[in-house]
Amino acid sequence: MWGVLAAVADPEIPVVSIVDLGIVRAVEPDRVVITPTYTGCPATQVIERDVREALDAAGYRHLRIETALAPAWTTDWITPAGREKLRAYGIAPPGRGPVQCPQCGSSNSREISRFGSTPCKALWRCGDCAEPFDLFKCH
Amino acid sequence: MASLPPIDLPSNATGAGAFDAPAGVEGNPLFEYLLRLGDDSLVLGQRLSEWCGHAPSVEVDLSLANMALDLIGQATLFLDYAGEVEGKGRDGDSLAFHRDVLDFRCCWLVEQPNGDFARTMARQCLFSTWQHLLFGRLAGSADERIAAIAAKAVKEVAYHRELASEWVIRLGDGTEESRRRMADGLDWTWRFVAELFEMDPLAGFMAEKGIGTDLAAFRADYDAAVRAVIEQATLPPPPDQRPILGGRRGHHSEHLGHLLATMQFLPRTYPDARW
Ligand SMILES: [Zn+2]
Repeated sequence: MWGVLAAVADPEIPVVSIVDLGIVRAVEPDRVVITPTYTGCPATQVIERDVREALDAAGYRHLRIETALAPAWTTDWITPAGREKLRAYGIAPPGRGPVQCPQCGSSNSREISRFGSTPCKALWRCGDCAEPFDLFKCH
Repeated sequence: MASLPPIDLPSNATGAGAFDAPAGVEGNPLFEYLLRLGDDSLVLGQRLSEWCGHAPSVEVDLSLANMALDLIGQATLFLDYAGEVEGKGRDGDSLAFHRDVLDFRCCWLVEQPNGDFARTMARQCLFSTWQHLLFGRLAGSADERIAAIAAKAVKEVAYHRELASEWVIRLGDGTEESRRRMADGLDWTWRFVAELFEMDPLAGFMAEKGIGTDLAAFRADYDAAVRAVIEQATLPPPPDQRPILGGRRGHHSEHLGHLLATMQFLPRTYPDARW
């Protein structure tokens, strides 16, 4: 079952799955519990639809999908594998330490914009290789 | 200094005959309370979205659109819940698109026109600081659903507060023109702050139940936080003005009707429209 869900890609960052991001909170005999990342994230409805399709295709039509708000999603739930996939894709994973450029690894970087192309990302630029990059915001 | 036009009282005004007169708690208190929370977010989200494509830079455009998204997400959660509590088959969409202006319960601050970028940031700073403190408390609400929404949203609102505060400081402590505009923006929005802290019978009732919270309890924190931002912006504190109340009881400025006309046009004209 987790395998089926691990094949559901995040609609906005398709290199990571909804399991990588910690969006799937529980898988039980009669239900799957998911949680939204941001309250206004437009991907939330797409994710629910994609989960439904994946479950149906794998023969789990009887499972219902529930959305839980509490406890609130946090970037701490992103798995180590998910963080690695983000970095390889060019998105700096969230962390409490200095922000590292996903291209060259430099910590000499600064924020350009608090909000990026999606609610979960901020726009940064590397001071060494001069590349702009997305940072998955700590949340 | 800008001043508001005098308010004409409708002939059927009740109580003391003024908009400020508190009404008793009427209807379903939880439903009414959820409308207040949801309408604040909805109307400010709609206002901010008016900036989309018009902001001073692409980064600012993204920030405002993202904040609008967060606010509309909050509104959806609160208003969907309100619809369930009411039990008449309405959901967040029908409450947003099929209510008329007198049935909205938002505060005056959020319905004010954007003005220039400085006024928008003044409004955002004053509102988000309040909402951040409010949601921090509502995260401990006796109502589990409100607690869950607030605990989720407070993390996002922290960003809004920080971003708006930084702009107030940058513009206030900027050029002669940005400073003048920021001072004007604060002067315009300041008169709407008192309403944020109004403890009318419904607010008092919800606080007593542990579902809402005593707004007066964080007024000092709010004043200190806002004062610190204004000081850092090297601006003089705005002078106190006569507070304007009434939004929580459906008495709104003329601006809200225009906002709703835009927001509600499509679903009312094409009721069967689907995304
Ligand atoms: Zn680099």
